[in-house]
Amino acid sequence: MESTFSLPADTIADDAGTDAPSFLDRLFDQGLLVRTGVDGLYGRSGDFESVVDALERLITRLGAADGAEVMRFPPAMSRPAFERSGYLKGFPNLAGTVHSFCGNEAEHAELLACVEARNDWTGQQRATDIVLTPAACYPLYPAAAARGPLPAGGGLFDLQSYCFRREPSLEPTRMQLFRMREYVRMGSPEQVLAFRESWLARGTEMIRSLALPLAIDVANDPFFGRAGRMLANNQRQQNLKFELNVPVNSVEKPTACLSFNYHQDHFGTTWDLRQADGSVAHTACVGFGLERITLALLRHHGLDLAAWPDSVRATLWG
Amino acid sequence: MVTSDDIRTILGSNEALAPVAQQIAEDDSLFDRGLDSFGSVQLMLALEERFGIEFPDEFLTRRSFSTIRAIRETVSAVLQSVAA
Repeated sequence: MESTFSLPADTIADDAGTDAPSFLDRLFDQGLLVRTGVDGLYGRSGDFESVVDALERLITRLGAADGAEVMRFPPAMSRPAFERSGYLKGFPNLAGTVHSFCGNEAEHAELLACVEARNDWTGQQRATDIVLTPAACYPLYPAAAARGPLPAGGGLFDLQSYCFRREPSLEPTRMQLFRMREYVRMGSPEQVLAFRESWLARGTEMIRSLALPLAIDVANDPFFGRAGRMLANNQRQQNLKFELNVPVNSVEKPTACLSFNYHQDHFGTTWDLRQADGSVAHTACVGFGLERITLALLRHHGLDLAAWPDSVRATLWG
Repeated sequence: MVTSDDIRTILGSNEALAPVAQQIAEDDSLFDRGLDSFGSVQLMLALEERFGIEFPDEFLTRRSFSTIRAIRETVSAVLQSVAA
């Protein structure tokens, strides 16, 4: 696996502990990201979006021959489906739920008085049947299972969604609302592992074609608490997750821009998702952090898109 | 002293293993008998409660809870370190 990391000489090796403007400040100053007053929640400029759009087209081209079925969900999912998914077992701290006012007129007046007085006004808010999507593939599994058994060759899906994870941070690569593009494969263990292998190679080639330094490492999800440490250890010992890392904020703590995940039969069992022969389906996915790859490009090639290397511009915009 | 039967009793309260707990041999893989990752976490927490211990991070691995023998040895090691 590759592990040679570097950041351009004219950038700051590590944002922490310097008086110079941070990478995030420079993104704001250049207008590429727009402040909202909440860490990790930003607007994006036209230039920023032009890179995201180009990455989307590139990812589509890389996977085009496979004939994935395109599905797009809004950035929210059914709360019962979310509860059944098991997300709360591993990541209760990252979940975002949608609450709405459920009071009467008197309570409405009370709410407005609280807002006016700058007191807590959320007492009448109740959880709706909607939860923010934590990963682009989460709404897919119940939808796919509802169709009945997979076809003989298994299933392959193309997804993209804004995703929410509550982890406020000043690191621009750790946004609370960000877009994730995914391909998801469903079928036998052999089919889904072959899919993951192929995307490890394709993803590496993709990031190389963008002239970014990379390393692929075994990884774990950020499971919550002591129980989470055990889940993380299990995940690493079984090589269930790999990440393609690019140094963005620092060399020491590179940023996961792509991830390659083998879920074994977790989602198959959870959703009674079956292969054509009736056995439980295994699943795997490759995820692309669209903002993270964009930020990696900005960090390594500069904040002026017109000055990016010709080869990178050709890869993105033809 | 932790016995294999102590461990089997705890396995009997684990959702995935309850139906087969008494038939599991000393070196049978619990994961082959139906234990999954979340089930192994529940098992770990049940063992901590039963024996009044807290497993150190280095024991929070799949291997520590993979067989009755492994669990017995892991719990014994933690109990001994507490006693020492």
